[in-house]
Amino acid sequence: MPAPIRLRELIRTIRTARTQAEEREMIQKECAAIRSSFREEDNTYRCRNVAKLLYMHMLGYPAHFGQLECLKLIASQKFTDKRIGYLGAMLLLDERQDVHLLMTNCIKNDLNHSTQYVQGLALCTLGCMGSSEMCRDLAGEVEKLLKTSNSYLRKKAALCAVHVIRKVPELMEMFLPATKNLLNEKNHGVLHTSVVLLTEMCERSPDMLAHFRKVSLVPQLVRILKNLIMSGYSPEHDVSGISDPFLQVRILRLLRILGRNDDDSSEAMNDILAQVATNTETSKNVGNAILYETVLTIMDIKSESGLRVLAINILGRFLLNNDKNIRYVALTSLLKTVQTDHNAVQRHRSTIVDCLKDLDVSIKRRAMELSFALVNGNNVRGMMKELLYFLDSCEPEFKADCASGIFLAAEKYAPSKRWHIDTIMRVLTTAGSYVRDDAVPNLIQLITNSVEMHAYTVQRLYKAILGDYSQQPLVQVASWCIGEYGDLLVSGQCEEEEPIQVTEDEVLDILESVLISNMSASVTRGYALTAIMKLSTRFTCTVNRIKKVVSIYGSSIDVELQQRAVEYNALFKKYDHMRPALLERMPVMEKVTTNGPTEIVQTNGEAEPAVLETKPPPSGLQPASQANDLLDLLGESDITPVISTAPTSKPASAGGELLDLLGDLNLTGSPVSAPVPQIAQPPFLLDGLSSQPLFNDIAAGIPSITAYNKNGLKIDFTFERSNTNPSVTVITIQASNSTELDMTDFVFQAAVPKTFQLQLLSPSSSVIPAFNSGNITQVIKVLNPQKQQLRMRIKLTYNHKGSAMQDLAEVNNFPPQSWQ
Amino acid sequence: MIKFFLMVNKQGQTRLSRYYEHVEINKRTMLEAEVIKNCLSRSKDQCSFIEYKDFKLVYRQYAALFVVVGINETENEMAVYELIHNFVEVLDKYFSRVIMFNLDRVHIILDEMVLNGCIVETNRTRILAPLFVLDKVAES
Repeated sequence: MPAPIRLRELIRTIRTARTQAEEREMIQKECAAIRSSFREEDNTYRCRNVAKLLYMHMLGYPAHFGQLECLKLIASQKFTDKRIGYLGAMLLLDERQDVHLLMTNCIKNDLNHSTQYVQGLALCTLGCMGSSEMCRDLAGEVEKLLKTSNSYLRKKAALCAVHVIRKVPELMEMFLPATKNLLNEKNHGVLHTSVVLLTEMCERSPDMLAHFRKVSLVPQLVRILKNLIMSGYSPEHDVSGISDPFLQVRILRLLRILGRNDDDSSEAMNDILAQVATNTETSKNVGNAILYETVLTIMDIKSESGLRVLAINILGRFLLNNDKNIRYVALTSLLKTVQTDHNAVQRHRSTIVDCLKDLDVSIKRRAMELSFALVNGNNVRGMMKELLYFLDSCEPEFKADCASGIFLAAEKYAPSKRWHIDTIMRVLTTAGSYVRDDAVPNLIQLITNSVEMHAYTVQRLYKAILGDYSQQPLVQVASWCIGEYGDLLVSGQCEEEEPIQVTEDEVLDILESVLISNMSASVTRGYALTAIMKLSTRFTCTVNRIKKVVSIYGSSIDVELQQRAVEYNALFKKYDHMRPALLERMPVMEKVTTNGPTEIVQTNGEAEPAVLETKPPPSGLQPASQANDLLDLLGESDITPVISTAPTSKPASAGGELLDLLGDLNLTGSPVSAPVPQIAQPPFLLDGLSSQPLFNDIAAGIPSITAYNKNGLKIDFTFERSNTNPSVTVITIQASNSTELDMTDFVFQAAVPKTFQLQLLSPSSSVIPAFNSGNITQVIKVLNPQKQQLRMRIKLTYNHKGSAMQDLAEVNNFPPQSWQ
Repeated sequence: MIKFFLMVNKQGQTRLSRYYEHVEINKRTMLEAEVIKNCLSRSKDQCSFIEYKDFKLVYRQYAALFVVVGINETENEMAVYELIHNFVEVLDKYFSRVIMFNLDRVHIILDEMVLNGCIVETNRTRILAPLFVLDKVAES
């Protein structure tokens, strides 16, 4: 059998292959030769064969049959064999293969070998791919080598120790005594790896961290760093005029970990950090690398403010540098520090905004994130202009993030409702298809709440989708708005802008084209169909057309559309009398928490817009039924319905409960003219406040009253008003029961005249224990902007002595201090 | 921590690959192809750091060869940039030109410089010392 070819010839041959198939053929031939050579247990050429196998492995061909051969090579006495054997072990084996355990003995012997190079090999291999069992067995040897005076071995042992600690964290203490002298070495390799070892120990264990802080590691490190900076030219470690930058960077990182959250250590390193920051040469990349690390360290430890300002200025200088790498690095660090040193970073805002226009993708992304972090109430208009321009021209992978960021920022800092809506419209029209799905319900809610902008909004949205209805989120929002406010659109009233002349037919045209278009998603079609249906109550002359459209979709293939169309058809036919009530305007929705684009919006007793998509009837049903019931209750035409939070029930069932409770009233038809008058009030001032009505500045004590006292049930009202917000009165009701049996399922409802606004929060419970042993508390917030006399009608329902009780009462004895 | 160290030519052929974290062999080829695509699509005046999946790539071009290093967030990108240059200088000193016919030697040099993802030694003479010993033993 001829001698197998050398590695270099193999590489040369394979390089001449012109196609993938040719290469594969050559490799397979060579593999076969190697395999037969292995089978023959050929010792002389094993080394060469394994080297070739490694090359083929690198190209992506399977080489597992060489694993055992590597082990044989490791066991050999020749250095060349060992070298290739260990290399093969590192490349081909890992702890997933069972074969690797066979190496343990070999490594153990080699760690005690007479030649340092063999020992180094063993350390290297153990440090790269030792499994936890191997590490446990051999940790003692590694520790011994860590104490040796041979610097070549010491540096490798240190990194091997790092690997051991990573695999078997419990062995960390074992290496502690050896670390005492590590930093006294002159050899930079040892210093470097020792710093890595110390870093690993400090990061893994807070006890170690405390220990190292106590043994004054910081002064030692500071001394080493000082020597590096102060010493002149040293040819050994010089890189572009700076002495061993790699070691400097490592030391700075360890200082960062030691100084974090620790005042003493931070103080000890202030000087050296200032020195490095000012003395390092910045003309080459090396110097900038060190400065970068310094800046990161300064920002992370408890440094004094002068130092921090210095750091931010360095970053500012980086931003103006021509080198892209440095700009990228500066933007990254500024992003990390913008939370803590916001004002300092604001100073560089204009440079950061300029970076948005950079050609480089990485820089643009960083600049975008940083810009969002810098937006605040003062600069929101200017920043938004830049960001919208950026959205126009950026790569598609940024558009989704940018759009979400713009929504978030606009929500927090919008100077006016009109600006907010304009911004949203702009985003929808430029990047409409990249907007996240959950943005649509949020936008709808925002639009509903800005009552005075309805006409303007619907007009703009209509114009936007006239030309192009392919962007789904835009079309969804537009359809919803047209459905809600179509009457405003055709009536041509708009204060903000020149009103456009639109006929009902044109509106229906556009909605129908959305329905028909192939570009519309199923969800969008659902929106459009519901919108058309809603318009049947808002439009006057085109009802027949709407009926026709709806009946066509009753046989649509899309199940969702079909269901909706069938239900709407039923509305036209059998329940025509309910149709106006069901399709009336959506009331103002409440926000419970400040939201980002991903949070769900809570609405008070009403279904959210998302639920609206799937079940249109119930949402319309609730406000209508509540309105009807209480209007019947109170018999006056100027009472607004109360939106109360049912204690724990879901929105869909709240309406059901009310219907049950008020079942004796006539629900169908609405005695009072339908639809219920538009709730054209400003959003409730107390939206978003927690349910605890505690004011920091409570007005002087207002006397409490007994609002109701009958049949053993007593209800007291206590009042609170704030000096800063005198139109809001917070009433806490306390219901107590003096009979000998508990009252269960207690529900309190209230209604006030139209000039007031009322909000009922959840009661503490629904059971009033007997004998006055406990009571239910509930909070009512009343908004009384015109300071009229407070009047209230209350309705109480509860179960007592096995029977259901209910009662109505009027409360007129409010003390003047509660409303004047 | 350094995740991997690659030398790839412009056509996408891997000349050297070293992984410090286990990656399946079929995933490796995919990774290398994607990485080189990312690097090739960048122009001269774009920065050398690319964000790729959950780590960063630092790359440097030397004639027809790209040296690409994948790092995680704990590493200083600019220090790694210098490391690449250091490595190429060492190779330059040992081989008269950077020629990939002695792959095993290149691996050995890399082993002397980077151990398990951390830098061990950056001094040229000390890195090449064991190699000269090896060469002497191999000749005899």
